[in-house]
Amino acid sequence: MAVMTYLEAIRETLRQELRRDDRIIVYGEDVGVRGGVFRVTEGLQAEFGEERVIDSPLAEAAIIGTAIGAAVNGLRPVPEIQFSDFIFPAINQIVQEAARIRYRSNGAFGVPMVIRAPFGGGVHGALYHSQSVEAFFAHVPGLKVVIPSTPYDAKGLLASAIQDEDPVLYFEHKAAYRSLKGEVPDERYLIPIGKADLKRPGKHVSIITYGLMVSYALKAAEVLDKEGISVEILDLRSIRPLDVEAILETAKKTGKVLMVHEDNLTGGIGGEVSALIAEHALFYLDAPIVRLAGPDVPAMPYSPPLEHAFMVTPEKITEAARKLAKF
Amino acid sequence: MAGSDALYGLGLDTTKIETMYYYMVLSRALDERMWILNRQGKSAFVISCQGQEGAQVGVASALDPTVDWVAPYYRDLGIVLYFGMTPREIMLGQLAKADDPSSGGRQMPSHYGHKERHVLTGSSPVATQVPHAAGIALAFKIRKEAAVAMTSLGEGSTNQGEFHEALNFAAVHRLPLIVVVENNGFAISVPQSKEMVVADVAAKAAGYGMPGIVVQGSDPLGVHQATLEARKRALKGEGPTLIEIKTHRYTPHSSDDDDRAYKTREQLKAEKEDDAIVLFRQWMMDQKLWDDERDQALRQRVRHEVDDATDYAEAAPYPDPKTLWDHVYHS
Ligand SMILES: Cc1ncc(C[n+]2csc(CCOP(=O)(O)OP(=O)(O)O)c2C)c(N)n1
Ligand SMILES: [Mg+2]
Repeated sequence: MAVMTYLEAIRETLRQELRRDDRIIVYGEDVGVRGGVFRVTEGLQAEFGEERVIDSPLAEAAIIGTAIGAAVNGLRPVPEIQFSDFIFPAINQIVQEAARIRYRSNGAFGVPMVIRAPFGGGVHGALYHSQSVEAFFAHVPGLKVVIPSTPYDAKGLLASAIQDEDPVLYFEHKAAYRSLKGEVPDERYLIPIGKADLKRPGKHVSIITYGLMVSYALKAAEVLDKEGISVEILDLRSIRPLDVEAILETAKKTGKVLMVHEDNLTGGIGGEVSALIAEHALFYLDAPIVRLAGPDVPAMPYSPPLEHAFMVTPEKITEAARKLAKF
Repeated sequence: MAGSDALYGLGLDTTKIETMYYYMVLSRALDERMWILNRQGKSAFVISCQGQEGAQVGVASALDPTVDWVAPYYRDLGIVLYFGMTPREIMLGQLAKADDPSSGGRQMPSHYGHKERHVLTGSSPVATQVPHAAGIALAFKIRKEAAVAMTSLGEGSTNQGEFHEALNFAAVHRLPLIVVVENNGFAISVPQSKEMVVADVAAKAAGYGMPGIVVQGSDPLGVHQATLEARKRALKGEGPTLIEIKTHRYTPHSSDDDDRAYKTREQLKAEKEDDAIVLFRQWMMDQKLWDDERDQALRQRVRHEVDDATDYAEAAPYPDPKTLWDHVYHS
């Protein structure tokens, strides 16, 4: 057991997996000599060689398209998209191909591939280095989408994603890389994809969220605790599939649900979670469901006042949860 | 001073030569100031033109900013200055202030755009501007206007599908388009040998039936001449040209990068021997077009402009947070 950052947990898991299974290859832009622009893959090329940790040409459609080909031919590719904002040149390959290959071949072919990509803002990344893109992919049956919120989960979810027979998108919040630390066991372990995690039991309000926002919600819960407001926090961990049971359970328990994500409000996961609760737990609710999310503007601006206005912060979560508790 | 029209047979007079030199020096000086602001904690991000000024000014000086359009990329400070963006405007963008003409402080620095100056707004995903420039050229062609579109990008970015699709489209429709590849040998840390197998990006033009030309960024006049010829072809209806400029990147990829992991200091030193600014000045002196005294005067003028731009931008206000909601759609 060691204390690690979120970033180190991902790197050490990649290392452990590369050692465990020689079908695994890691590739993408700058992942080799440079160790990735965030250093997630640092040292991996030195250990595993240029055939298993590959600096690819700057072309995302080719990165994902070749990963699909390698996967159907027996490898376990773990391609990296340098920033999730740059996943769009590959969207045809991900949505039309990876997601549909099993279905269209009537089960004959599968694409065991994990696409890793840093996402999220608040890091002066502006419009194209701050985006949350998970909802695009969560919309597509055939894909799985996981977003770990702690170093511990980062390891267990990555190992599960690599072991999965289907394509998994694994999103890593950039602001989590170095700010989140925690204990991570040395041995390999799996966290099932599709299982939410109750981070904190509470009585008055349920905050349902994922990724970096989990740590923000925990901060908000501490503040509110002192005011006598008891907050329950459910970390979805996977936004496709969703853990419907856990979502309904917390909604029924507190009767007040605050859904939080940094991704845009409209069409975000909050809408789906709200619909599930409305369909299956409406009469348990004591207040309308509240969604706190990134505003519906095309992307996060760079200038500090605008970036701040965009970001979901612990303060904004505290405020929204307090208001909901008083409803 | 010899005001020779015959300089390199380019029809360049001494004023034009001096103008080219001025823009190279100004680009470098503004860029150096950006790094100082970054180290002072006043600017979170810098991405540089340093090393590529000769390439950029060589191209821009062969275009006509009154009619032509450019769709540049993040290193093209020399191009956008030549097209009329002012040092103050550049610094407003660098410091993300409300009056930044490129984006009102919304985009990262160096994501240039200026409608009045014919500079198309650009994004971060590489190579997306190439089809846009082809479309701008298509509109020129349909309206029978005597103008060209120029777009530029790095060599690593020529691996994107959009680059290839746009070249093919432009060639098929014989569009008045100039595609400039500023080949600095690296895509962040990845050397050209791992980006592509061909030695010259210009070779990619052959697949689309268009000329691909190689010139040296340390020879701005050579770049200028190649661009002039491409522009002539474009205006005659002979279609697009791909110009590859061999150049260098003197800084890390950006202020978030550290290039020591992938570029030796010896290589960097050798690249700096091939600095267009130094070589061009030497050439001007050899031609008796320039002397130390004039150089000092020019550098002083540039320093003053950079100081003024910095002071102006530092004093300028940030955007109001309420404007977050502006311009999502047409009012
Ligand atoms: C589609 C896309 N993928 C990845 C990136 C991240 N990125 C920014 S610049 C760059 C390298 C560009 O290299 P090159 O085209 O040679 O231009 P240079 O920076 O060397 O001038 C990369 C990978 C991006 N901006 N867009
Ligand atoms: Mg390059």
